[in-house]
Amino acid sequence: MTAPQTTVDPSEVAKFEAMAAEWWDPNGKFKPLHMLNPCRLDYIISQIAAEYDRDITQSEPFKGLRILDIGCGGGLLCEPMARLGATVVGVDAAERNIPVAQAHARQSDLDIEYRFGTAEAMAADGEQFDVVLNMEVVEHVADPLVYLTACQQLLKPNGLMVCSTINRNPKSFAVAIIGAEYVMRWLPKGTHEWSKFITPDELFNLISTAGLDPVDRKGFVFNPITWQWKLSDRDLSVNYVTASIKK
Amino acid sequence: MDNPKKVTILPLMTQHSDILIVGGGLNGAVMALAASQSGFSVTLVDALDSTLQTTPNFDGRSYALALASTRLLKGIGLWDALKDTAQPMLDIKVADGRANEGPSSFFMHFDHREINAGPMGYMVEDRRLRPVLHAAISSDDSITYIANTRVISEQETASGITVACDSGASFTARLIIAADGRRSQVAARAGIKRVGWSYQQTALVCAIEHELSHDGVACQYFMPPGPLAILPLMGNRSSIVWSESHSRAQDIMALDDAGYLDVLRPRFGSYLGEIKLAGKRFSYPLDLTIAERFIAPRIALIGDAAHGVHPIAGQGLNAGLKDIASLRDVILQARMRGEDFGSVGVLNRYQEWRRFDANTLALATDAFNKLFSNDNPLLRLGRDLGMGLVNAVPKMRRGFIQEAAGLTGDLPDLMK
Repeated sequence: MTAPQTTVDPSEVAKFEAMAAEWWDPNGKFKPLHMLNPCRLDYIISQIAAEYDRDITQSEPFKGLRILDIGCGGGLLCEPMARLGATVVGVDAAERNIPVAQAHARQSDLDIEYRFGTAEAMAADGEQFDVVLNMEVVEHVADPLVYLTACQQLLKPNGLMVCSTINRNPKSFAVAIIGAEYVMRWLPKGTHEWSKFITPDELFNLISTAGLDPVDRKGFVFNPITWQWKLSDRDLSVNYVTASIKK
Repeated sequence: MDNPKKVTILPLMTQHSDILIVGGGLNGAVMALAASQSGFSVTLVDALDSTLQTTPNFDGRSYALALASTRLLKGIGLWDALKDTAQPMLDIKVADGRANEGPSSFFMHFDHREINAGPMGYMVEDRRLRPVLHAAISSDDSITYIANTRVISEQETASGITVACDSGASFTARLIIAADGRRSQVAARAGIKRVGWSYQQTALVCAIEHELSHDGVACQYFMPPGPLAILPLMGNRSSIVWSESHSRAQDIMALDDAGYLDVLRPRFGSYLGEIKLAGKRFSYPLDLTIAERFIAPRIALIGDAAHGVHPIAGQGLNAGLKDIASLRDVILQARMRGEDFGSVGVLNRYQEWRRFDANTLALATDAFNKLFSNDNPLLRLGRDLGMGLVNAVPKMRRGFIQEAAGLTGDLPDLMK
């Protein structure tokens, strides 16, 4: 499934590097993701450090951990995890993202394995990881339970899954669809279907049914004054994130 | 070397460090220490030959360090070596004045006891600060110090930046920090424009020895030609900073010591008793220069390279130290997140943090100077009443004290 590494066409490489630059431009097409990324990373890193007892003030604190990022896109989460010392695999169901992410990792001198595929297919192959990152994916899949069960199978015993998504209520409709897609135009219209949004309780139930213990949940809250995202213990009304451990 | 014709020049190895700092002055040196102590490897390139080396003799140069700045020096382990030679500033008095009349009856008095954080700041002499910085840098294994070398170009690459020097050496880094002063060549080469103007004034700086004790009180008099500050040094010595028009300053500088003192003496009255000059006399033309942006791809500007302000309130070095502490917080947090700490997205956080603060300071000191460098009787009455008002309202007074101590705004970790 790995994209061919040999006989690379230079014009293709240039094209992918241009696309990678687009993915990684903090003011470009993926600006909303860049704005959310520090906040997502803070949560992911604190959960991994707590679960595996790592000191994040040391260099490469995640050395020895095998991490899978599902829906890796241009590698916005994979690269930080690799810099922190983890062995990282990024998988994406959009084939065109793979060479783009590979091009950027090469430019950043990072060793990351990117694959075209799905969580379900990888689970069927019997692969396992210490950590599965499942960020902003579950609201896009056809059958969340089948998908989360695959994520569970991809974890080693006591492995950690971090899963973020969007709540379903009138506020999230106003903010995530009307606000982000129509008013701010942060996201293309039709990016999200409100009916596929999941409440935190529903997600916890699905995660439990899939064979994981939900252990934590927090809100990602956008502050329009500081123009920054912050983690919140209480406000899970729109974007939120969960941590769960494989039983 | 027996046969010179056979000598081939080996290409110099390109050395890599996390951060390359251009400029070995006070800001560059403190930045190097703050970064290295946070786990970054640092190359410090100084165009001069050991800017940090200085004669141990008292020459009069000194810095009014706000409390927040002394916390930063404490945080990077320099304060123990400095504190015994630093003069605490216990009170600050601000008054309107006119030569031969002394201060007006309306004045502001800021007492450090109102904020419960210790002295509002310390006066540190240049001859004490530089050797402490030099020693700390020399003994730090993660800092490579390269003197007498000028950086001539920067070239961004996919994952970093390559720097070429006039010595032929080249270096790579993830981030360049420009601490090369108000005429920053790094900023100019990165296409960063500057805004600013000259004040048509020159600052005159000297130290005096005086008969009576200053009791740790710093005074700022607003005189029509420009402000005059008397800052307490160790013992019966004070640092004087005043400004005059360029031509008048030139005339005053040309006077002998006795003539110079004759000009100075009537400006602040006789409350310190007899005075005489101690150390050298210095003069600096005053201008304001702010970089339009504080960052470029893989480049961050600090200190005067970012913002050279009118030194009316002694805030120049303090502002630079706040840049350093803020940038250190931003890049340390980025590295702990696994982010590329030299990327524009990360550097943007530094710019957003510092630019508002720095521009406010520049505009405030500019407005302050324009308001006070004036002998218009109406303006004089207005500012006297204004100072009387600030002095009478404890909340406003405490606000000014917090500001003078550098304790306002979103403080970086090293200044908390």
